[in-house]
Amino acid sequence: MKRAGQGVGVELRDVTFGYRREPVVRDVGFAVPPGGFVGVIGPNGSGKSTLIKLMSGVIRPWRGEVRVAGDDAARLPRAELARRVAVVPQETDLPFPYTVLEMVLFGRTPHLSGFAFEGDSDLAVARAALERTGTLDLAERAVTELSGGERQRVVLARALAQEPRVLLLDEPSAFLDIRHEVEMYDLLRELQREGLTVVSVLHDLNLAALYCDSIVLLAEGRVFCEGTPAEVMTYANLTEVYQTEVYVTMNEITDTMNILPLDAAHREPLSRAREARRPPRER
Amino acid sequence: MPSRAIAFEAAHLTRRRFRAVIAALVLGVVAVALLCVAVGPVRIDLAAALFGFGDASAIDSVILFRTRLPRVLLANCVGAALAMTGAVLQALLRNPLAEPHILGVSGGAAFGGVLTLFLAAGAPVPSYLLTPFGAFAGALAAMLVVYRLGTVNGRLQPYTFLLAGVVCNAFTGALIMAVNAVADLFQTHGILFWLMGSLATTSYPLVLASAFFVALGGVLVARHARALNALTLGEDNATQLGVDVSAVRRLCFVVCSLLVGASVAVSGMIGFVGLIVPHVTRLLLGSDHRLLLPASALVGGMFLSVADTVARSLSSTSELPVGVITALTGGPFFVYLLRRQSSRGLW
Ligand SMILES: Nc1ncnc2c1ncn2[C@@H]1O[C@H](COP(=O)(O)OP(=O)(O)OP(=O)(O)O)[C@@H](O)[C@H]1O
Ligand SMILES: [Mg+2]
Repeated sequence: MKRAGQGVGVELRDVTFGYRREPVVRDVGFAVPPGGFVGVIGPNGSGKSTLIKLMSGVIRPWRGEVRVAGDDAARLPRAELARRVAVVPQETDLPFPYTVLEMVLFGRTPHLSGFAFEGDSDLAVARAALERTGTLDLAERAVTELSGGERQRVVLARALAQEPRVLLLDEPSAFLDIRHEVEMYDLLRELQREGLTVVSVLHDLNLAALYCDSIVLLAEGRVFCEGTPAEVMTYANLTEVYQTEVYVTMNEITDTMNILPLDAAHREPLSRAREARRPPRER
Repeated sequence: MPSRAIAFEAAHLTRRRFRAVIAALVLGVVAVALLCVAVGPVRIDLAAALFGFGDASAIDSVILFRTRLPRVLLANCVGAALAMTGAVLQALLRNPLAEPHILGVSGGAAFGGVLTLFLAAGAPVPSYLLTPFGAFAGALAAMLVVYRLGTVNGRLQPYTFLLAGVVCNAFTGALIMAVNAVADLFQTHGILFWLMGSLATTSYPLVLASAFFVALGGVLVARHARALNALTLGEDNATQLGVDVSAVRRLCFVVCSLLVGASVAVSGMIGFVGLIVPHVTRLLLGSDHRLLLPASALVGGMFLSVADTVARSLSSTSELPVGVITALTGGPFFVYLLRRQSSRGLW
């Protein structure tokens, strides 16, 4: 797949947005360098999916701007934006039984006009996307009959068929088993090496630590902190933002952070100890 | 691997398959039309009738060209319009239960037409020239109201949308009764006659006008067939694929109103064609709207010509309204779809 790597990235400048009167994303600013792999983490409702929608032009910021490959996303024609940015959404429900191949060919929409039929080059792109995501064997199946994990890989294939320069993923591995999960992220890393800019929302903090160059930690619609996984995913930051106790350790094999959950019996003593360490006036 | 390549061909819509299917369906339409014009109280010799075209003394020809053919042609136009509207609405609402009748659009068109008949009494222009505009305006108004009620924060809520349609249907039904109540007896008769509708016509200009509207609407929506495909994935996904969602949606709603208005104006309320036809077509030919829209139009034409032929042949003394036939087949079908859909947990 061809891909122009240079000078492509995403940048948010003081973006504020809300669905109703209250903003749910407040003054968010960060830059994803071309060819970067950025993980967005944060608790439920902290605004991660909203950020993905802002970056893909589905919603427009109240204030601030989203820049894609140097241009203000709000000023780009929709099709042009879709040729630059592709999205793997958190969930896809499909009312009609398209075949997997048709579904992946939908990724060619921004490259084709009107009624046109897909040409050989479109089919070649779709086939490559199917191959890379390991879904070529599913090509004739109906998407409504796939398992959650198979469907998610097909949706990734569709996004790749868009030949984007920036790929946004909203918890792409929620339905994947552990093997397909790492395979998907391995593939994303491979694509990143070829010049693709990747921004992924993740709930699995260990995967985030393993694959991302840098992490943006969101809390209540704001950037709580950003930096390398080791800088961001500290015990102090995580317990404060997620409001629970975790066990942070080092993975000796990968040399990355491991963040493990704790049950109530083990959380309580830690919470008490943490409480005791805080300066008195904060209590 | 050649075997893989063949399977790849079959798994998406190629230009070749598109042409083959459309050609087959056009042949089907012609065959069904020939069958339908052959059926009737008087047996006619088709070959002789075709041969005697234009000869006023050839009685078979007169029956064929003056009464049966325009009726079958009109049934094809109306069937095509309703089926295409159904297919478009189902894509927009992402719900195979959407249909102009169920969504209250036909009801709006009927009320628009009735109101025109009532107000235009004594107007210098004959009412049959005015009712199409009234029906179109009514359909558009109903569509807009239902659309407004069915969208929250600019996002379409399919379930609310369907409920809004049901309410709109009941509301326009009540309005029609109210107009009927204040109209005088002569007008009431005209209104009822118009509402019942019938595909019986001897007017080629009417057939031509209907064909024009269907063709116009068909071309306008077919140009957005690819966008409709993307829209079935949801509005966010469609936007992310580069589709200008609100523009496509707006155009489709106007075209649907036009098609429904035109068909209600010529033939009254005919329900369920827009439900059954796209559904069956989708089952047989797949969900790609580039094929689904024209194919639904052709299948809709066949379906309505057959339904109309059945309606006029069931009883030798009087005709059943064709809407009775479509509702009798479509009602159970709707219930079947509804049960199947809720068992899959889509709602
Ligand atoms: N369509 C919507 N209309 C109104 N409010 C919304 C809408 N979508 C999200 N919100 C609200 O905006 C806030 C942020 O939602 P968002 O979906 O971005 O969170 P998230 O970080 O993706 O959460 P999760 O981890 O559960 O996916 C939440 O408070 C949510 O209730
Ligand atoms: Mg989310």
